[in-house]
Amino acid sequence: MTDQSQQLESITQKEYKAGFVTDIEAESLPPGLSEDVVREISRIKGEPEFMLEWRLKAYRHWLTMDTPEWAHVHYPEIDYQQISYYSAPKKKDDGPKSLDEVDPELLRTYEKLGVPLDERARLAGVAVDAVFDSVSVASTFQDKLAEEGIIFMPISQAVKEHPELIEKYLGSVVPYKDNFYAALNSAVFSDGSFVYIPKGVRCPMELSTYFRINAANTGQFERTLIVADDDSYVSYLEGCTAPMRDENQLHAAVVELVAMDRAQIKYSTVQNWYPGDENGKGGIYNFVTKRAACRGESSKVSWTQVETGSAITWKYPSVVLQGDNSIGEFYSVAVTNNMQQADTGTKMIHLGKNTSSTIISKGISAGRSQNAYRGLVRVGPNAENARNYTECDSLLMGDKCGAHTFPYIEVKNPTAKVEHEASTSKISEDQLFYCKQRGLDAEDAVSMIVNGFCKQVIRELPMEFAVEAQNLLGLSLEGSVG
Amino acid sequence: MLEIKNLHASVEGKEILRGINMTVNPGEVHAIMGPNGAGKSTLSNVLAGREGYEVTQGEVIYKGENLLDLEPEERAQRGVFLAFQYPVEIPGVSNIYLLKAALNAVRKYQGLDEVDAIDFLNLVRDRMKLVKMDEQFLHRNVNEGFSGGEKKRNEILQMAVLEPALAILDETDSGLDIDALRVVAEGVNALRAEDRSIVMITHYQRLLDHIVPDFVHVLSEGKIVKSGDKELAKELEKSGYSWVHDAPEGQTA
Ligand SMILES: Nc1ncnc2c1ncn2[C@@H]1O[C@H](COP(=O)(O)OP(=O)(O)O)[C@@H](O)[C@H]1O
Ligand SMILES: [Mg+2]
Repeated sequence: MTDQSQQLESITQKEYKAGFVTDIEAESLPPGLSEDVVREISRIKGEPEFMLEWRLKAYRHWLTMDTPEWAHVHYPEIDYQQISYYSAPKKKDDGPKSLDEVDPELLRTYEKLGVPLDERARLAGVAVDAVFDSVSVASTFQDKLAEEGIIFMPISQAVKEHPELIEKYLGSVVPYKDNFYAALNSAVFSDGSFVYIPKGVRCPMELSTYFRINAANTGQFERTLIVADDDSYVSYLEGCTAPMRDENQLHAAVVELVAMDRAQIKYSTVQNWYPGDENGKGGIYNFVTKRAACRGESSKVSWTQVETGSAITWKYPSVVLQGDNSIGEFYSVAVTNNMQQADTGTKMIHLGKNTSSTIISKGISAGRSQNAYRGLVRVGPNAENARNYTECDSLLMGDKCGAHTFPYIEVKNPTAKVEHEASTSKISEDQLFYCKQRGLDAEDAVSMIVNGFCKQVIRELPMEFAVEAQNLLGLSLEGSVG
Repeated sequence: MLEIKNLHASVEGKEILRGINMTVNPGEVHAIMGPNGAGKSTLSNVLAGREGYEVTQGEVIYKGENLLDLEPEERAQRGVFLAFQYPVEIPGVSNIYLLKAALNAVRKYQGLDEVDAIDFLNLVRDRMKLVKMDEQFLHRNVNEGFSGGEKKRNEILQMAVLEPALAILDETDSGLDIDALRVVAEGVNALRAEDRSIVMITHYQRLLDHIVPDFVHVLSEGKIVKSGDKELAKELEKSGYSWVHDAPEGQTA
């Protein structure tokens, strides 16, 4: 190994700062999965009958399915009977009505993670739903948002308070039969966020959900549903962390977005689940189904993700472009280090006329990690004048990691224009020396070069998140002068 | 300022520098001339601390310190600046960002606070005039899509902002047309100062018409074979390098 790759290796060995455990009494279901467990989850949550029925259908279907094996990831078989499907901090009554009732230990946890829940301490522009293991523990600014007719609440609360919306939209983008993990999630999902933006409303603040896995041996199966009605706009942020544990933990989420006529949804993720140690011990299995339906004409959905955590990431935030003139975007930075594996990308399904999509994917691999981009661009027979632009760049740090690109293009309409560009590069010795000769130490030099590599994606993030993402990447802050 | 004593260095086991001796005092401008392959870039890379060069003998004293013991960034922070023969592109990183990071790295070493945003902009704008660069260059990615001349001017801009004590200019004139050469030379001349030394590496005499050196050295096969004042350069111009060494000209540097 050269000096340079040694140097890169030491720079990329960063401590995982969110790895602490909150000592809190929890109520958990014993490990194991059965119809009774599904019923019990539904009972604990006090759900209406339709919800239980749906869960049971999903569960029965899941039993008939096999684990997908096509991704470029390897892990021992998961024993689904060893996992607990529900864990929640013990609480006195029916859940916190205000922050004063939230366990101070939980408030401290989020404080420590840099997500203070106290509304006065928050940046005024961001409302947070905090999901701790299987339940939402606090949700801020609900009242203020309600004044605009915006619904932003834990999905378990929405199931009870807005059953008509849930029944109409849940599973309408990702049906429970969609895939193995989506079926599992549909059967046992515990919490997550629900957002409804009424017609013509521009959501006045960023909405965010902060997911935290704390308990050992539990899976987290959250479900997020965002519906943006005609002419509305919302920007939604999602952050995730977990303690350092030697066992792998499963996180199988489903996110569904629905954009009606001229509605816009901007969905940003900074995923920092515990990645496991440098030998690949522990870490989160992040098997996620994220899909958006651009149902209305001229609607638009942008997915922006910065994926730095998880032992394994398997996710393909996708957009189904149904409405004419609708737009789908996917901006992604996926960083893998040590023994991490990522197989991530997107699907852009063009169905309506004059639909367009943009895919910018930046993969950074270090250590002995494997980083794959997998993307599908499909243009249906009726999608006149569909446009896609895909750019897929990989950066290798060191010589023991891998970068892979699997683009799939299916075009059934001759008027489509689909462009694909791909590159693989290394941080060159010339670049490093040039920066050092200007006085930057190796760490700052690498940060700067990586930052430059990711710039097209980072600049799509809302400001507050961009800062967090850059810190996470160990990047110095560009943009204050440039 | 700089004292090079019996410096030997090799690359991949092949000895390139074979006993260089040179003393540069504050305020002096030295020109090092020599045919392609003589070891000019090797000397500048060794002085700047690039990986891959093994110093087998000799020492280099810079401001009383053993330069060869320092990391490249430590040398830069102490005021050693190399204008690259081939400036490097850094995609996605704006020119102004690199400039600011570089200036702050030097300031940090000097125990100063980070530069104030307004002061910095004023400084950069002022220095851009020296090399007649347009402000839009600040927001372009470092050297990406720059013409040869723009890259070289950009190197001098960095030098003007960082105000090094010792500047080594490696073939800053090559690839420039006469107008660009004049601009670059005027920029360098404006940066001549009592407390700043400049080592100019060039293949051609014409640069020395614009930046008049105090001393000229001829480097051949890894050794300084002749030293003198600016008249030496004129002699070389007439007779070529053949009298110092039978190297064919015009090979790749
Ligand atoms: N990285 C390297 N690997 C192998 N040989 C090198 C390397 N760098 C320089 N050399 C050799 O060292 C000699 C001097 O090169 P250089 O210092 O670039 O000359 P100049 O700048 O005077 O044209 C040449 O023979 C060149 O081939
Ligand atoms: Mg050279």
